[in-house]
Amino acid sequence: MFLINCPFCGERDQSEFSSGGEAHIVRPKQPTELSDDEWAEYLFMRKNIKGIQFERWNHVHGCRKWFNVVRDTSNDKILSVYKMGEKPPVNYK
Amino acid sequence: MKNKYSVFSLIKNALSQHENWQQAWGNPEPKKEYEAIIVGGGGHGLATAYYLAKKHNLKNIAVLEKGWIGGGNTGRNTTIIRSNYLWDASAGLYDHALKLWENLSQELNYNVMFSQRGVMNLAHNLQDVRDLKRRTHANRLNGIDAVWLNTEEVKKFCPIINTSPDIRYPVLGGTLQRRAGTARHDAVAWGYARGASEMGVDIIQNCEVKGIKRNGDRVEGLETTKGFIKTNKIGVVAAGHSSVIANMAGLKLPLESKPLQALVSEPVKPIIDTVVMSNAVHAYVSQSDKGELVIGAGTDSYVSYTQRGSHNIVEETLKAILELYPIFSRMKMLRQWGGIVDICPDASPIISKTNIKGLYFNCGWGTGGFKATPGSGDLFAHTIANDEPHKLNAAFNLNRFVSGDLVDEHGAAAVAH
Repeated sequence: MFLINCPFCGERDQSEFSSGGEAHIVRPKQPTELSDDEWAEYLFMRKNIKGIQFERWNHVHGCRKWFNVVRDTSNDKILSVYKMGEKPPVNYK
Repeated sequence: MKNKYSVFSLIKNALSQHENWQQAWGNPEPKKEYEAIIVGGGGHGLATAYYLAKKHNLKNIAVLEKGWIGGGNTGRNTTIIRSNYLWDASAGLYDHALKLWENLSQELNYNVMFSQRGVMNLAHNLQDVRDLKRRTHANRLNGIDAVWLNTEEVKKFCPIINTSPDIRYPVLGGTLQRRAGTARHDAVAWGYARGASEMGVDIIQNCEVKGIKRNGDRVEGLETTKGFIKTNKIGVVAAGHSSVIANMAGLKLPLESKPLQALVSEPVKPIIDTVVMSNAVHAYVSQSDKGELVIGAGTDSYVSYTQRGSHNIVEETLKAILELYPIFSRMKMLRQWGGIVDICPDASPIISKTNIKGLYFNCGWGTGGFKATPGSGDLFAHTIANDEPHKLNAAFNLNRFVSGDLVDEHGAAAVAH
């Protein structure tokens, strides 16, 4: 349980948000060209990191906008929040 | 067994003030090399080592545990055991486990307190009714006992349930598996540890795996906090931390690790003599032998390794519990905790070889791994010993996420997620 600083609404309780999982998974540009392995990688395989993770959240009970979060999954501390389309902060690996 | 537990050993030790009981398992330092190493000393890992030693005659094996045995999800679950899954592959897997449960106390000479008190799954809307009836028929075709109960029969089986038609989620019926029930979770880990240790398995606690040494496409050993250990067979049974171990071998798994919570109340006199689960409202409840209500909640929606879980999840669960069981309204909750569960996209486990030779994974049990402990250990031991899956776990391979041959129990079975 934690607070998330929505870039549009400010700090709100996590229960107002919906987690969209790992961020920066790019949808294949040529889906018809993909092998089964590549589809599996895109659809199912996840880094599932213990530590600093880049992820997507949706303020589903608020402005309903999507944005990105950098969070340490080992202690749930949020390190950074940035909008969709923005470059991820470089000071986290 | 060298130190067989019996009524006579109990009397004998009572006469010496219980001061002469022998240690149930050893506490060895790791050797330089093992035939096989199991990473993770929970129920599944210890069961794997036990069956490797017992059925496949591998004696030079070790179980590495970063904390203490049974201190992870084995000691954190709500101890529910059942096998009423929808798909044939799942039914085969979970009923294999249930059959082993039925004889486990005798097998291990250790009382795991397996109690076949029945598990009832409630239906709260028309779709639930259809799904659960379908599952009942599927179970019967697979030789798994299942009955459909209408609302009156639910009330008769568990009188404290509120079956009033004007509640938010009225009880429209339910399914019952009478062979299902509960067991004492710590005893399962301890019983397997004792059995394995007696056959020569080294159980090494406080030993965390830090790296996997590879030579091309095969494994050569493990870097641990107690030094390098050589082996060419590694079975990983690390539950929520499976992805962390996989990452050490340069492997990615289709898993997300999330906190799952449970809580217990103050102990009270016997009030509920079965297990009642409800998918739609995300609440399940049973009563421990100590008298505590054991209540399970849902998972958090986000990846986390914190073993805590969010308060709003508990709140939702308790709201549902109170509506279904108004008699509990003045109960006080004593403890709440979380465990990290590794969830597959199809909510079925992975018991599989990998494309790295000598590296095997048993993971993805998600919210319901405890029930499968003996079966999972047995089948994983078979897979490691023969380098081939048993026919009961062949469908649960890692490659199904590439081939698309998923075992989709998400929403298909009586799975509470």
